[in-house]
Amino acid sequence: MKILVPIKRVVDAYVAIRVKSDGSGVETSNVKMSMNPFCEIAVEEAIRQKEAGKADEVVVVSAGPQQCQETLRTALAMGADRAIHIHTDAELQPLGVAKLLKAVVDKEQPGLVLLGKQAIDGEHNQTGQMLAAFMECGQATFAAKLEIDGDTAKVTREIDGGLETLAVKLPAVITTDLRLNEPRFASLPNIMKAKKKPMDIMTADELGVDIAPRYKTVKVSEPPKRQAGIKVGNAAELVEKLRNEAKVL
Amino acid sequence: MSVLVIAEHDNASIKPSTLTTITAAAQLGGDIHVLVAGHNAQGAADAAAKISGVTKVLHADDAAYEHSLAENLAKLIAANADGYSHVLAPASFFGKNVLPRAAALKDAQQISDVTAIEGADTFVRPIYAGNAFETVQISDPIKFVSIRMTGFDAAASEGGSVAVESIASTGDTGLTSFVGAEIVKSERPDLSTATVVISGGRALGSGENFEKLIEPLADKLNAAIGASRAAVDAGYISNDHQVGQTGKIVAPNLYIAVGISGAIQHLAGMKDSKIIVAINKDEEAPIFQIADYGLVGDLFEILPQLEEALG
Ligand SMILES: Cc1cc2nc3c(=O)[nH]c(=O)nc-3n(C[C@H](O)[C@H](O)[C@H](O)COP(=O)(O)OP(=O)(O)OC[C@H]3O[C@@H](n4cnc5c(N)ncnc54)[C@H](O)[C@@H]3O)c2cc1C
Ligand SMILES: Nc1ncnc2c1ncn2[C@@H]1O[C@H](COP(=O)(O)O)[C@@H](O)[C@H]1O
Repeated sequence: MKILVPIKRVVDAYVAIRVKSDGSGVETSNVKMSMNPFCEIAVEEAIRQKEAGKADEVVVVSAGPQQCQETLRTALAMGADRAIHIHTDAELQPLGVAKLLKAVVDKEQPGLVLLGKQAIDGEHNQTGQMLAAFMECGQATFAAKLEIDGDTAKVTREIDGGLETLAVKLPAVITTDLRLNEPRFASLPNIMKAKKKPMDIMTADELGVDIAPRYKTVKVSEPPKRQAGIKVGNAAELVEKLRNEAKVL
Repeated sequence: MSVLVIAEHDNASIKPSTLTTITAAAQLGGDIHVLVAGHNAQGAADAAAKISGVTKVLHADDAAYEHSLAENLAKLIAANADGYSHVLAPASFFGKNVLPRAAALKDAQQISDVTAIEGADTFVRPIYAGNAFETVQISDPIKFVSIRMTGFDAAASEGGSVAVESIASTGDTGLTSFVGAEIVKSERPDLSTATVVISGGRALGSGENFEKLIEPLADKLNAAIGASRAAVDAGYISNDHQVGQTGKIVAPNLYIAVGISGAIQHLAGMKDSKIIVAINKDEEAPIFQIADYGLVGDLFEILPQLEEALG
């Protein structure tokens, strides 16, 4: 079975975000970029499934500008076999990404598509669910545990009240949550090897799908700032303040 | 204008997330229809019919909807979406799972996690772990929008009395089946709606310490218990307690962070709380930058004192 893993290049999770002064967006030039953490978990899981003999090929795919190829190389260094770069400099929104990915699925015919549950920049949490709709296949979002057994995936999902387990027929779409695994670091020899792994490059136009944006960003603004308050000396003083000053007890 | 709200419920009753979504729907104006899809869910449908502001309840009852499987539910939503200007669902794990699938079936781009509505097509939402807000204008004819609970008050659960109309099931796709669930039952207030939340971080060191030090305080304060990702990852407490960018978003009157450093991903889930208290032994911990009241010291000494001071 082939596993397809769509990955996104995003501003690193630990970068302090700055809103541009003209309100047109968030400063992304000269900031550290990384693979979206949930995508890292998806790549790791695909590799583990291959190591466990449940899959025979792990293909990673990313849509976006030239620099996506660096992120794809990182995934290849982790252990993915092959990469696909869908080159576009256009603004991408989840519906459009899902359509691009569907076109790749049609070509590649994977048995499983593993995505991150959300990208930490736009925080849409949509692409996997939309792709599953287009593939007319089952979906299991927010996976904390995955067992592949023949043509079924048993997935334990993180939900509001705790955990839920579903059996999903393959091919299926699964999106990853934080506790599915801890991604490995790529070793230096593997980083070298990754340079020689195959990378297909195609343009969004070649895939012939409509990725025109559906919403336009009117403005981006900073959240209201919270001021640091005061330090209290001890627990008794804290309780007194909460009762008489803040009046929340 | 008419809005279809997808109800989150447990077949017997309506979840608070549905009530906040209905408030958002009311801001859009026009009719508000609530879709209750479940199994033996007459209780939930009747409860929906009483919610203030609702003009009609659509009720689909089928075993296929018992566990809110996204494949079945999205199909039902898509089959009933025509004619509505908007389809709304709570941005809970339930809504996040099902609404994008339904939107895709209608070739619509969803707007996720909306915290404010500026017009019928214009919405405000947090991005980058709440470090920025974007205002977006959507052009789709049917607008699919998920609503963040902390952005809106709950609609009154009583006061209305409207008709419940049965609608046809769109059946079971057979793609996915429910195997089981481990739902954590608790006598405590629900984390998403509690007025007081006390959260523990990595510094608690064990699940036992959560029981010994956090639980008695939660009892005294009638508080829900939250946790940082580090505490959940370490297995001190179950995943449904995680507060943050990718856990639950809370905005209680009082949030007490104990032994939590204040990473941006944690702040994303709690910084709209009215009053924030931080207890941390490191006076440089970032959590103090947003805390109204900070107490520097060892939690293992402070928490028992706090319990005593609360009387
Ligand atoms: C994609 C992504 C998503 C994430 N989502 C979330 C999320 O939803 N929620 C979340 O919380 N995190 C999330 N994180 C993780 C986040 O970045 C932090 O790693 C996490 O919040 C740290 O948890 P913590 O504060 O408990 O632990 P630490 O950062 O280790 O902090 C422990 C704190 O306890 C203090 N301390 C130690 N001993 C004592 C003592 N005896 N008494 C008092 N204080 C003491 C220390 O001074 C320190 O400040 C996410 C990360 C990523 C990359
Ligand atoms: N441009 C992209 N290229 C490849 N995969 C993507 C892209 N954007 C989003 N994804 C995938 O979809 C997931 C969810 O993203 P989102 O719906 O934007 O929150 C990500 O974790 C990726 O797995």
